[in-house]
Amino acid sequence: MAVTLKVNGKTQTLDVEPDMPLLWALRDELGLTGTKFGCGIAQCGACTVHINGEAMRSCSVPVSTAAGKDITTIEGLAGPDGKLHPVQAAWVAEDVPQCGYCQSGQIMSAAALLKQKPNPTDADIDGITNICRCGTYIRIRRAIHRAATTKA
Amino acid sequence: MGHMDTLSRRNFIVSSLSTAGGLALGFAMPGIASARPLTGAPWSNDAGAVANEVNAWIVIDPDETITIRIPHSEMGQGAATANPMLVAEELECDWAKIKGEFASPNRNVRENNVYKDQNTVGSRGVATSWQYLQQAGASARVRLVQAAANRWSVPASECVAENGAVLHKASNRKFTYGQLAADAAKITLDKEPEIKKPGEFKLLGKPLPRLDTPVKVNGEAKFGIDAKVPNMTYAAIISCPVVGGTVASVDESGLKGKRGIVKVVKLKDAVAVVADNTWRAMQGLDALKIEWNYGPAANSDSAQFKQMYRDTLNEPMIQARKDGDVTPVLASGAKIIEATYEVPHLAHAPMEPLNATVNLQSDRLDVWIGTQNALGTLQQGVRASGLKPEQVFVHNAYLGGGFGRRSTNDEMVQAIAIAKEIGRPVKLTWSREQDIRGDRYRPQAAARFRAVLGADGMPQALEAKVAVGSINRSQGRPVENGIEGQAVDGIVNSPYKIPNFYVGGVMKNTHLPVSFWRSVGGSQNCFFYEGFIDELAHAAGKDPYQFRRAMVERKDFVGVLEKLHETSGWDTKLPKGRGRGIAVAENHGSVVGTVAEVTVGDRDQIRVDRMVVAVDCYHVVNPKIIEAQMESGAMFGLTAVLYGENTVKAGQVQELNFDTYRIVQMKEAPKVEVHLVPSGGAKWGGIGECGTATIAPAIVNAIFAATGKRVRELPLKNVKLSQLASL
Ligand code: FES
Ligand code: FES
Repeated sequence: MAVTLKVNGKTQTLDVEPDMPLLWALRDELGLTGTKFGCGIAQCGACTVHINGEAMRSCSVPVSTAAGKDITTIEGLAGPDGKLHPVQAAWVAEDVPQCGYCQSGQIMSAAALLKQKPNPTDADIDGITNICRCGTYIRIRRAIHRAATTKA
Repeated sequence: MGHMDTLSRRNFIVSSLSTAGGLALGFAMPGIASARPLTGAPWSNDAGAVANEVNAWIVIDPDETITIRIPHSEMGQGAATANPMLVAEELECDWAKIKGEFASPNRNVRENNVYKDQNTVGSRGVATSWQYLQQAGASARVRLVQAAANRWSVPASECVAENGAVLHKASNRKFTYGQLAADAAKITLDKEPEIKKPGEFKLLGKPLPRLDTPVKVNGEAKFGIDAKVPNMTYAAIISCPVVGGTVASVDESGLKGKRGIVKVVKLKDAVAVVADNTWRAMQGLDALKIEWNYGPAANSDSAQFKQMYRDTLNEPMIQARKDGDVTPVLASGAKIIEATYEVPHLAHAPMEPLNATVNLQSDRLDVWIGTQNALGTLQQGVRASGLKPEQVFVHNAYLGGGFGRRSTNDEMVQAIAIAKEIGRPVKLTWSREQDIRGDRYRPQAAARFRAVLGADGMPQALEAKVAVGSINRSQGRPVENGIEGQAVDGIVNSPYKIPNFYVGGVMKNTHLPVSFWRSVGGSQNCFFYEGFIDELAHAAGKDPYQFRRAMVERKDFVGVLEKLHETSGWDTKLPKGRGRGIAVAENHGSVVGTVAEVTVGDRDQIRVDRMVVAVDCYHVVNPKIIEAQMESGAMFGLTAVLYGENTVKAGQVQELNFDTYRIVQMKEAPKVEVHLVPSGGAKWGGIGECGTATIAPAIVNAIFAATGKRVRELPLKNVKLSQLASL
């Protein structure tokens, strides 16, 4: 079946099954490997992308649901000129990543949160359920607060 | 890359100012511009020596870019930043000109282990490599100086290396390193130069930003799972749910009409489906009907294991340490304080499930993988392929977490077997379920302590017995003297002055393979031992800090304990329902301690509010990375304390994904304050693991302080405080 996906502003038609999770279409078909596989059951958030601006776990979204919508992955978060998104810049400033594997998902979740709540409280940040096995939570929290203050 | 360079330099100023706690606090950073970020593709250059290579570690290009080869794997612990810092310290160069590149395992094999063992286990990334990394830098510097001296025909002693150049101050002449590299490469030294002593460091000890951060915020960093090679297929696999079992039969009829399936591959103990996309392979695997011969462990379960380890404590022990003699004191009729502690099996569950991509040809094997032990992986590839070591190329990636799991590459051996059958390159990705089912676990264990206090309330005798799975035996290695170090680590190296002290152990394995799990023996033994020490303090009616402080003399232990006492507010009172607990230990060559603060709710809900960590690793390469590792170790320990267990029913591990094998999330993450108290000396301590060791005991000791209930078994999710006796 032909599925049309709009990923990072680029529209592409894929010949895949409608129930293929978006994660695997992104990774294996489109080569966008910044979005990660961690659990496959919507538990870890490593696969988080934005669909119409909302953070979604792409391992549990069939391509048919994502078709036609605006999908942003970590590769598309920076501006077209390569200028880092404020969340990415805050991540660099706080040196958040350790192994880094969860961080695409963490950054996408944080960016979506900041869109909804430009000045999130600690309780708002507690609502992020992405897992980091390296335990970078303290720095993630600091970086989200930093991004909130540096945002234009 | 251009904007990245500017960005990371600009941010460096900001980030160094924002770094809280530890050594960084209050230190003004001299303006050290950041080195180049690492590239997203971490694959090493497997060719031999390149132009402008001063030695195997250092390449200096005419544009003055200095490439430093990184021997160790980067799994989040910071080796890819710390290793180049050690080389650059000696090189007398501009840090901003440094570019890291991972060292080639294949070249290491071809060139007589020029990059040493490359083994990134046991917290060795700095602790066992600082000397040869400094030496590599010093050796290059001296040869650059000699090269300049030769050109000027002056004695080398008249020349100095400074900021990436050699100067002859008397004649006001200068050559840059880039101009000298090719000459320097040809110079041989009669004698290796001395390396700098800690007091002489300029770069080491500075909280420099990590070199791998930029590529880890934009999706560029390539992990093993991201490898892609031409004509590649994708495989999913399930191994027998009971370890030790085998495949009986496979019914493939469910695959009919499924798209993209390449082949079903049957291994002795596992079945793989190869397809043209990972998801199709996983779907194909689900569609198979597989019959297994579950084998001898089919009726085993966790209750049996628990009984076995408890019973084992009654067996004759193999002695690991004996000071004085506990026997007469324990038999004297004095009151004996006794307690038994237990922990379950634990999976590593690194965030990136295990995976391997292989391209097997008749005369060459290429493997893309994240491994903690690239040379070991290469040798494993040799055995699985029948090729020669120099024909095997291990392309080590960024590791999506290791924690001890990525030092043995079962996934690669499977991928090679699959590649043999299909004759095409294959990427094998373990599902999370396979990652936990196929883990080599932290062993289950139990310990029993008996102690007698003297008239002064201090321990007169302490006997510790442990029963635990043998990691060596599980991995086919011999156990020397009947007991392996990690079985008793955390107790056998107790710093306390106890006149009569005995440590013994017996190792028994279940059918589950066991391995090194962050902090290894410390992960269970520090919980056991420091929990029991707290029990003794209580029995003596003494303050748990003062009790420990009175029993230590070693400078490192004293420093850590006193720092904890000073920074945690130990002597201030907490409101009802809250408690503070302390624990200290030696782990992987460093001394570490934690004070935990908990709140216990009226329905026994336990919340860890704050952890204060102090660590003495003797010498500090990068305080910012050490802080991050301590935070990380604390969260890793917290997960184990609250939730960590893999139970077995009918021989099969039950918790296979994050819904049942829960990991701490943001809302549970307490504040962690880290204090570095390096005491110097000849030894360098490890950092990747020790941060986990004292978390569990500090938390259970804090629960005791809050409630008077003593937790002797983990995880807390199974513990009903209301059902424990009050002490
Ligand atoms: S892979 Fe999607 S939530 Fe874990
Ligand atoms: S940085 Fe390793 S899992 Fe989050």
